[in-house]
Parts: sequence; C-alpha cells; structure tokens
Amino acid sequence: MKKTFVYITLALTAFACKKDNYDPPSSTLSGHITYQGVPINVSSKDVTFELWEPGWGKSGAITVNVKEDGSYSALLFDGNYKLVIPRSQGPFRSITNAETKTDTMLLTVSGSRDMNIEVMPYYMVRDAKLTLSGTTVNANCKLEQIITDANARNVESVFLYLNQTQFVDGTNYLARTALNGGDITDLANVNLSVNVPDNRSGNGASGDQDYVFARIGVKISGVEDLLFSEVQQINLK
Amino acid sequence: MKKYLLILTAVISIITTGCLKDDEFLTTDPTNLLTDDAVWKSPDLVLSVLADLYDRYPEQQTITNWAEFTNFDEAFPSEAGQYWRTKQVDYPTGWWSLWDYGYIRDLNLFVQKCQAANELGADARARFLAEARFLRAAIYFEEVKRMGGVPLILEPMEYNFSGDPTYLQHARAKESEVYDFVISELDSVKNVLPDDGGIKSRATRGAALAMQSRAALYAGSIAKYGGATPLVSLPGGEVGISADKAVTYFTKALEASQAIITGGKYSLYKKKAEDLQENFAALFYDKSNNPEVIFAQDFKLKSGKTQDWTLANQPWSSAEEQQGGRVNPSLNLALQYEKLDNTFAPFATNNGNDYVYYNNPGDIFAGRDNRLGGTIMLPGTRFKGVPLDIWAGVMYWKDGKYNIISGDNFGDRDSIPVAGAPKSSQVVGTDGPVDGLQYSAQTGFFVRKFMDPTVGSGQIGTRSDVWWIRFRYAEVLLNAAEAAFELGQTGLSSTYINQLRERAGFTTQLTDAQMTFDRIVHERRVELAFEGHEMFDNKRWRIAHKVWNGENISATDVTSNLGKADRVNTMIYAMWGYKIYNPGNANDGKWVYRIVKPSNVTAAHRFNLGNYYSVIGSDILSNNPKLVKNPNH
Repeated sequence: MKKTFVYITLALTAFACKKDNYDPPSSTLSGHITYQGVPINVSSKDVTFELWEPGWGKSGAITVNVKEDGSYSALLFDGNYKLVIPRSQGPFRSITNAETKTDTMLLTVSGSRDMNIEVMPYYMVRDAKLTLSGTTVNANCKLEQIITDANARNVESVFLYLNQTQFVDGTNYLARTALNGGDITDLANVNLSVNVPDNRSGNGASGDQDYVFARIGVKISGVEDLLFSEVQQINLK
Repeated sequence: MKKYLLILTAVISIITTGCLKDDEFLTTDPTNLLTDDAVWKSPDLVLSVLADLYDRYPEQQTITNWAEFTNFDEAFPSEAGQYWRTKQVDYPTGWWSLWDYGYIRDLNLFVQKCQAANELGADARARFLAEARFLRAAIYFEEVKRMGGVPLILEPMEYNFSGDPTYLQHARAKESEVYDFVISELDSVKNVLPDDGGIKSRATRGAALAMQSRAALYAGSIAKYGGATPLVSLPGGEVGISADKAVTYFTKALEASQAIITGGKYSLYKKKAEDLQENFAALFYDKSNNPEVIFAQDFKLKSGKTQDWTLANQPWSSAEEQQGGRVNPSLNLALQYEKLDNTFAPFATNNGNDYVYYNNPGDIFAGRDNRLGGTIMLPGTRFKGVPLDIWAGVMYWKDGKYNIISGDNFGDRDSIPVAGAPKSSQVVGTDGPVDGLQYSAQTGFFVRKFMDPTVGSGQIGTRSDVWWIRFRYAEVLLNAAEAAFELGQTGLSSTYINQLRERAGFTTQLTDAQMTFDRIVHERRVELAFEGHEMFDNKRWRIAHKVWNGENISATDVTSNLGKADRVNTMIYAMWGYKIYNPGNANDGKWVYRIVKPSNVTAAHRFNLGNYYSVIGSDILSNNPKLVKNPNH
C-alpha cells in the first residue's frame, strides 16, 4: 500500500508539470546611437532608451542602456517593438520618424539584428587630440554645432577628464579641468589641459599604473546628459 | 434510565437553543469585528478608527527609520549593512516614490461615513471630520512633494463590476491644484479644530496653520525657483508652477505663520536658559508643557508603542545594549554652525604646518552656535552623565615626526613604541572612531537630537517614548522669515530669524541687509537638521542637483564656502581627535584634530533631474492610461 503511494507520487512528480514553456530570448538587437553614422559618445550608465512590445496585458518598457561609446545591445524575443528615446535622455534630440510621424520608431525583431539609431545631437566633438606633454594632458578639439534652428543650445562648459579606468565621465574621474562656455572664443579650436595627479591609486587600480584614460565632455545648457569625445589611452611612459 | 433522560434533555436543549434559524444564521453579528453601525455610534470607537489613520501619517526621514537620515550627507551610517548608502552615486528615481491611494481611500471613507453619522454628538462629529480632512491634506501634501500633481480623489470610489473600469481612472491634477487643495482644506478645518496648545498628538488649529504655512511656502518656492530647472516641468502643469503665483503663495505662508505667532499659544522652548546646548537638546525630549511643539507623533512606554532612536544611536561609552552609535553626523554638517560672532569658520585643526593643540577635546568646538552641541554629541561632552570618549588614536613623537598608533576595537589598549612608555595604555576612544567598525563614531560625532537621556531608553526591553516632532514653533518662524524675505520684507524676516539665533546664544543680531537667500537656507539647515527637511527643502529651491552633483569633493572643499546655499555636499567627511604622547614636551597630553574621509565613503552622491519628482511605477501607469509620466525618467 505504502509502496504504491510512493510510486504514484513519483509518477505524478515526473509527469505532472511540463518544463518552462518559453524559450529564453535569443535575438540580439545591437548597434550604436549615431549622427550620420558616427557614434555619439555619452557618459556611463546615464543614457537609456525604451523598447515597448505592445499586445501584452500590462505595458512596461524594456529599458536599454547606452554604453560610453554610444553602443547598445539588448537580448529580446522575436516580435514587433516600438522604440522611443525619452525626451530627457542623451545630449541629442530624436529624429521624427517617417513612418509614425512621431519620435517613435517601429521595428521588427526576427533573429539578431544590427541597427544604428540616428539622432540629432546638439553638438559633435570633432578631431579630439589628446596629447601628453610632461605631466600635463593637453586636449584640442572642434565643437561642431549640429542643431542650429530654434532648438539650438549653447555650450555651458567643456571638461577634460582623466581616470585610471576606461570609464571616464562626470562621476568617474581622477582629475578634471573645466572651461566655461562663455570663455570659448572659437568653437573650432577649444583647448584644455589638466595635470596628471601623482597619486593614481583608487578603486580598482593600483598607484603605479603607467597610463591613464582621458576624454573631453561637453555640457550643453539645459541638457542633463553630457556629450563626450572617444576615450583615449594616454601612456605616461 | 435516568442517564438517558439526561442525554435526551441535553440533546433537545441543544437543538432548540443552540442553533439559529436559517434566516437568522446569515445575519448574525460577527463577534470578532465591529460593524459600521456599531462604530459610528460611539465616540470612543470612532477615535480608535481615527487613531489608525493617524498612525499611517506619511513620513520619509523619521526617528523610527534611522538609516534614511544617512542618505544625504547629513550623517554617516555606522552599521555594517548600511555602508552602501555612501557607496552609490545615484539616488534611484523611485526611492521616495509614494502612491498611497489605499490610505486616501480609507480617509475618504471616514469622511463620508462621519458626515452621515447622526448618532454622534455634533461637536465630536465636527472634530473627527476636521481631523480626517487634516490627515487627508497631509497625505496629499506628501504626494505632491514627492510626485507632483496626483489625481485628486475626494470620494471613496466603488467599482460596479461592469467590466469597464475607465470611469475610475482620473488624470493627474496640476501641481498647483494639489497645493491649492491642501491650503484651502486646511483653511476650512482650522476653525473647527481645537485651538489648544496643550494638544500635541492630535490635529489642532496650530497644526493646521503650521502645515498650511509649510505647504504654501513649498508652492511659492517651486513657483519662484522652478524656472532654474526648465526641464523639471510638464506641459500640463502636473509638474511645475507658473512664476506669477509665487507672491500669492508666499503671502499665504506668511499669513498662516503669523496667525500662529500672534495666536500666543506657542513659543520657543527656553526652560533651560542656563545651558543653551542642553536647552536645545531638551526641546526635543521634554514632553511636559513643551510650548514649542505643535504636532508630534507620540510614544508611550510599556504600551507597545515605543521607538528605538536612542537604542540605535546611543554612544558605546554609555550603551545599555551591545549596539548603538549608528547615525554619525558629518563634519560637513558640523561645519555649518557659525561662531558666536556671526562668522563662518572651519574648526581650527592646523596652524601652518603644525597642529593646533587643545587642552581638552571639546575646546575646538568652543564659542559656536549652541545648536551645534544641541544637535550633535561632541567629543568632551556627556550623555546620560557618562563622558563621551571619542578619539581616534595616539600621536607619539618619534624620529622627528608624529606617528599614529590606534586600535581596531572600542577602547583598545596597546603599547606605544617609545622608550619609557607604559606597557599598555588605551590607544583609541571607547566610542571609537575606528574606521569601518560599526557603532563607533566614524565621523567623530554622534547624533544628539531626539536622544532620550532617561535610564533604560537604550534597552531593547524598554526603549524610548520621546516623540517625533512634525511641526514646531521654530519652523513656523523660519517659514515666516523665508516668506517675508521672498516678499521683500527683509526687516520682518530678520526679526523672526533673530529670535531663533538669540535662543542659540548669538548676541549680535542680523541686520536687514544680511538677510539673503543663503542665510535663509543656512538657518533652516542648522535649526532643522535631522527633522526630515533637508532633501525636500533643497528640492523646492531647485538646488538639489547642484548640492549633490556627483563630483568628488576634497577636505578643502568641505571646509570652504560655508554658509553658501548651493555648496557641493556629495561626500561625508569626518574629524578625528588624537591624544599627543610626547613626554617632556609642552604639548604632551593635549589634543589635535585631523580631517579624514571614512574609507566607506567611496562615491559622490548625485541628484539627477529625474529625482526631483519620483517615477510613477509602470503598473500604475498601465492601470490608468490617463496618467502622464514624470519628466526626466
């Protein structure tokens, strides 16, 4: 009797439930946030956009993070999505989509897909040159104003950041220098310099590292997220 | 036979009396809960319903939630599980999100039923009703502070099971409309509520006016300073108030504050004029005839309703359990307290390349605003009669320089490596600071505000019945001063501020010309520290994103720009004292201080524009398509 009970229980356990009835998401959507094909560099963990998949009971967005170099990637189920960059995100504006006539973009995911998202940045950092001279990092770049219509914004300030890791931005830096937007006479020739600190130890790096990472950040007035140049490694020896 | 007869009788009696008839069975009054009919006859029962509603009064930082005080660089969390608070950069946008329509519905039900309760005495009913409306104003005020305009629901809504809930979905009101509701609601209940300064834990005319003064001030400053952050607004006005409304709100705030000031029911607490630090501390724990307290959450010993602020924060030297010392006020805060000659100055730690030597550990703090010692337990003072023992180590002179020896536990002993030194001597204070040791004074300070000096207040089995003061007269004065300042009446403004400064021991009054925005901000910070104002104040002045801008600060930054409203305050610094061991030298046995950053402070806090108004959860948005999202998320 007892044995039968055990067998029945075992049989029930073995056959009662199916395995999970969904395959895990397997399609990768990846690419860059770009202007005319050139990736827009942003700060780390600050810029996101949203993917909405309509047709389910309750709606909630899938938030996709944009990396420092403007790239992103999301692992998704196949399906039809709506992509929207919230108004407050990034040092750029969305381009009105031809199909939806709004800032929403429709996209179909079926298998992995590489897709660049074109936006209108307020400015672009062009020809950033970061060089070491003695213990000073000098930076020179050109700020090209892209949006020049009624939505144009001024440059509030320009920063040069140094850090011991590749994450270089407003909350991750060892040393930094700032140039007030009003003090820039020629946007085509912006110069900054900052001293490499003697003590380069800190979180995740030892003091005797013989290189640093640097990049230029641009704060545009009335825009929360900064625009950056590409991260560059500077060898100190 | 007799036995059968007995059984038969029993059976018959059970059948006839034991069970009810079918139709009565379903209408029996329950014995484990009270029905509406029963409750709304008896003032006592209504009061218990109301007590539950009072108990759900919304709070952010409060004495029963100590860790929340350590989020905004006012204090360091000295507990092993809480160090993450000084290690994360960003404040999550939903951290202080509040969408408590359950509470609002219960208040609306109470209002509705109370209006219909004919069997209550008219006076009692009017008071209950006014109290519930006061609480409803309080929750809407809290909602608008955190979320901006929310749907104004003033009737309990019922679902009709038709399958279509759209008629229950309401759009968000404008931010100004919610403030207007709060202000007008308090206007109408203030004349019904008792005008009695002796009632502290229930709504009174004073409490309604105090809340009105705060709410109008918040609305006024959002209208005035909202222009500084144009991104923090919504086109429909759910977030943001137009600048032309500022004067109306400030006028209302001034009127409400003046109604309390001239009403004569409240005054500043000055019972212990012989010791102004003790006086400021006693203002928070003295519950008998306290003229300053307007509205408080009260506690009672041996009733189950006690609080553990003293247990959580008691110094190790006088601890009644193996814990305490959690909230460590930051040096950043301590530096805000002026010298008694009305000037700002950092604590004198260094004199050129040498230290400044003090005979007693407390001497460095001498001649300061007495609110410093009233808010913060300083080295060299006492708590519960026991001297605090806060010092980080011994500095001994060897090889032509000072060397430091310290311990890694409370009051550790060691031998100072100098010839002739005793084999074993104490090398760190009984209260710490030991970097990274929980419950030790890791910033060099403990909190004093709301600490209960009664014996047993630090015991788990006893705890404390010191109340949490939600509104007090000093804040009303500050509200009046700020509103008057914003209306250009600097003379009036300085009159109010000077009353507070006089109580804090200042003898030179501030002149009208000295009344600036920085001064207003400063006085609120030092007077109202650890009372839950800091973040919401910085938010309404739209300076929070400047104060917490995510940039690292150095020890020099911490000691400069004191008294500036938007000085960067992203990282907590500490000031540790050391005892000098240098036999034969004039400085032997004296005390010096160093400014350090606790090793658990690794990140600089950043308040993003998205933190100004908390995120509305996606489940809420998806249940009600009429809601618009808050900006910058």
